[in-house]
Amino acid sequence: MLRRLHPDQPESFAFSPENQKWAEAQITKYPEGREASAIIPLLWRAQEQEGWLSRPAIEFVADMLDMAHIRALEVATFYFMFQLQPVGSAAHVQVCGTLSCMLCGAEDLIEVCKEKISPTAHTVSKDGKLSWEEVECLGACANAPMVQIGKDYYEDLSSERFAELIEDLRNGSAPVPGPQNGRFSVEPAIGLTSLLEGEGAGSAVNKSVALAKKFKDTIKKIDGTEANLSVNWEKQ
Amino acid sequence: MADERRVVIDEVELEVDGSMTLIQACEEAGIEIPRFCYHERLSIAGNCRMCLVEIVGGPPKPAASCAMQVRDLRPGPDGQPPVVKTNSPMVKKAREGVMEFLLINHPLDCPICDQGGECDLQDQAMAYGVDFSRFREAKRASDDLDLGPLVETHMTRCISCTRCVRFTTEVAGASQMGQTGRGEDSEITSYLGETLESNLQGNIIDLCPVGALTSKPYSFTARPWELSKTETIDVMDALGSNIRVDTKGREVMRIMPRNHDGINEEWISDKTRFVWDGLRRQRLDTPYVRENGKLRVATWAEALEKAKSAIIDKKIFGLVGDLVSVEATFALKQLIEALGGSVECRLDQARLPSDNRSAYVGTASIAEIDTAKTIYIIGSNPRNEAPTLNARIRKAWLNGAEVKLIGEPCDLSYEYHHCGTGRKSLKDLIKSETSLAGDQESVVILGQGAIRDEDGLSVLSKVMELAEKTGSKFLNLHTVASRVGALDIGAVADGELSAEIANADVIYNLGADEIELPERVFVIYQGSHGDRGAHNADIIFPAAAYTEENGIFVNTEGRAQLSSRANFAPGEAKENWAIFRALSEELSNNLPFDNLSQLRALLVGLYPNLEQIDEVPLNEWKPLKAGKMLERDFLNVISDFYLTNPIARASSVMAELSAGAKARNNSKVAAE
Repeated sequence: MLRRLHPDQPESFAFSPENQKWAEAQITKYPEGREASAIIPLLWRAQEQEGWLSRPAIEFVADMLDMAHIRALEVATFYFMFQLQPVGSAAHVQVCGTLSCMLCGAEDLIEVCKEKISPTAHTVSKDGKLSWEEVECLGACANAPMVQIGKDYYEDLSSERFAELIEDLRNGSAPVPGPQNGRFSVEPAIGLTSLLEGEGAGSAVNKSVALAKKFKDTIKKIDGTEANLSVNWEKQ
Repeated sequence: MADERRVVIDEVELEVDGSMTLIQACEEAGIEIPRFCYHERLSIAGNCRMCLVEIVGGPPKPAASCAMQVRDLRPGPDGQPPVVKTNSPMVKKAREGVMEFLLINHPLDCPICDQGGECDLQDQAMAYGVDFSRFREAKRASDDLDLGPLVETHMTRCISCTRCVRFTTEVAGASQMGQTGRGEDSEITSYLGETLESNLQGNIIDLCPVGALTSKPYSFTARPWELSKTETIDVMDALGSNIRVDTKGREVMRIMPRNHDGINEEWISDKTRFVWDGLRRQRLDTPYVRENGKLRVATWAEALEKAKSAIIDKKIFGLVGDLVSVEATFALKQLIEALGGSVECRLDQARLPSDNRSAYVGTASIAEIDTAKTIYIIGSNPRNEAPTLNARIRKAWLNGAEVKLIGEPCDLSYEYHHCGTGRKSLKDLIKSETSLAGDQESVVILGQGAIRDEDGLSVLSKVMELAEKTGSKFLNLHTVASRVGALDIGAVADGELSAEIANADVIYNLGADEIELPERVFVIYQGSHGDRGAHNADIIFPAAAYTEENGIFVNTEGRAQLSSRANFAPGEAKENWAIFRALSEELSNNLPFDNLSQLRALLVGLYPNLEQIDEVPLNEWKPLKAGKMLERDFLNVISDFYLTNPIARASSVMAELSAGAKARNNSKVAAE
């Protein structure tokens, strides 16, 4: 995929005060003269803040690290995780299209995206709330097909369930992540065949889902106000 | 060379430095390894994979020889030296495979490609490739870049070797080029379509191993095999960069650099490379004489006759222009001195003592900048005055040297410590600096801008004091090619330049266009271009330009070099020495030579240092008497890099570059 900067660019970019503080602390993790090493965390933070990487954001980060703009652009265009075009204001849906998911129906999920969000990937829906793209394997093959929305995985999807998820997101809520067909985690689809004594013990949802429910940060954008983001490497 | 390693390359056993890469070791062994991305003067990228070799006993796959050091090879089980094979079946197959990959997206438009005939990809595809491709899909399409008026791009031909990116960032210090995207979509690009801002950008044309970057002014005008190639010396600045002039018939088609480790490495500035269209325009191709205030075409006999009547019994003064060879200067000096006049070469009023070579040349060679730990630049902007020298300072800076500048602050493409702008800062610097510890070297570079005022000699002596105090080598950085040679043969007048001009009745102007002459004097102009000098001349003798005659040029470090004739002067124009010889005969005062070799024999008899071609003679250090300095700032000599001499002013490419640079500076001011 040819990755270039989006034609419509915002006027300017600046980190929020908290993110700025965080970014400055990140830079101190690297030895003097090697500040440019912080380029990926900083670009990522800029993307977390805005949803995508605009030209002013790339230049802002490059200036912060005292690098030539082209060097930052090289990094931003190399990694597919950096979005170079606007994404939906509510959520950006990343549909896994690699082997296991494809065999289990990823193509149907993509059809849902085309119908419910926009006919082409990397395009914001008409209401501006959603966008989607097909990504390579996200490593959840046991629960195929799956999508990543924000920071969480939605697994064992059917077209119908996926369409409901999209509507939920559109209405401003973040559905509970994890397997969407009642599975606990990655046990066989026909139920446990071994280690039967563990069945039903403990919580109703698996650990990662429990964490997601606790933090409720699935589609939240990191603005630096989160707890436990303090930096102990910061030079006092 | 502490870490010597034995290695066997194709059954030849040799001992090399362990820090050498395999490709260098193979070169030592006399084996050529094909390569695209590897270049001796750039960092190692290792991305073209053409230099694959087999390492016996190593990993079961070929290794990129440009990215592997000899010391990383494992010795055999009984301590035998490691074995590298460059012609095994594995290597052959690997090269064929790489070549097939490289040609997947290459358009194979050699018949319409300017690189055809001197293309690395073409040559290596013939030598190492196969004659088929298994690729049946569509080839990549790509957008061409606009890099400015010098470099034409055909990005479909690009094989992503990144030599251009590495050159512009590492050597030229320009940060516009990069490689964005990845995989098939990776593209060499300039940041958001910016044009290149560097006066060394032409070198990426030579570096490009394919036809992706070609010369715009030269495009579609000639094929490499129909050009006659002449190795000669550049005169656009005082470095004496080694160049090759390619001619077709009478015309200079292009100028390329030659490698000289001591001077220009293998780079040349854009002015050197693209000035050739100036050799075709505004040429003086016939003698002129002024009648009733207007110049009219004349014959040689007429013009010489007229010159004779103008010169006889008059006070004559000779000016040595910027681009003339030592021979021409010598012939002028002989002629004028026989007539009782004197000549002067320091037309920018630089106060250079012609009797002290350690002052007007210095003691440092250009190559010594490489190893210097501290570099002092006084009153100079080397980026304009000698771009390839500036690339060397940048190289030293990248290796950790500290650069200290006194003079106008300017963008040198590297960071420097600005110690002030004028003479006072120089005094302070001398007070505060001490010599470096141990055997660390330092160099003082003096620009001509610092010594042009009345107190030039005092400044020069102060700068030499700085060099002495800090234990530095001293390099007097000249800006004009003729200067050192002219000083070597003592082409200087006793009096002040303006006084000498005011006293003279007749001025013999040998290609000096950067000087204003008073209206009342009679001016004989001898030169190649109809520029400022010719405009107010009373007689014009058309002469050969620097590619059109043989000559000796002495560069800023005192190295004498031979330049050779590449083509013939247009029309009636003659070689400079021959014009003086003819005029002397007209004056019945024959110069004692009938050809260039006799002239040279006479010249080197008088000035033996000119016989030491391509050597930098050691100059005995002779400090100057200290004098009083004014309270003033240093100003640089060159205000417009692209228009410093008549040939450059006649060139439309240079005019375009100059306008572009001006526009860029203006927009920068506006943005600030």
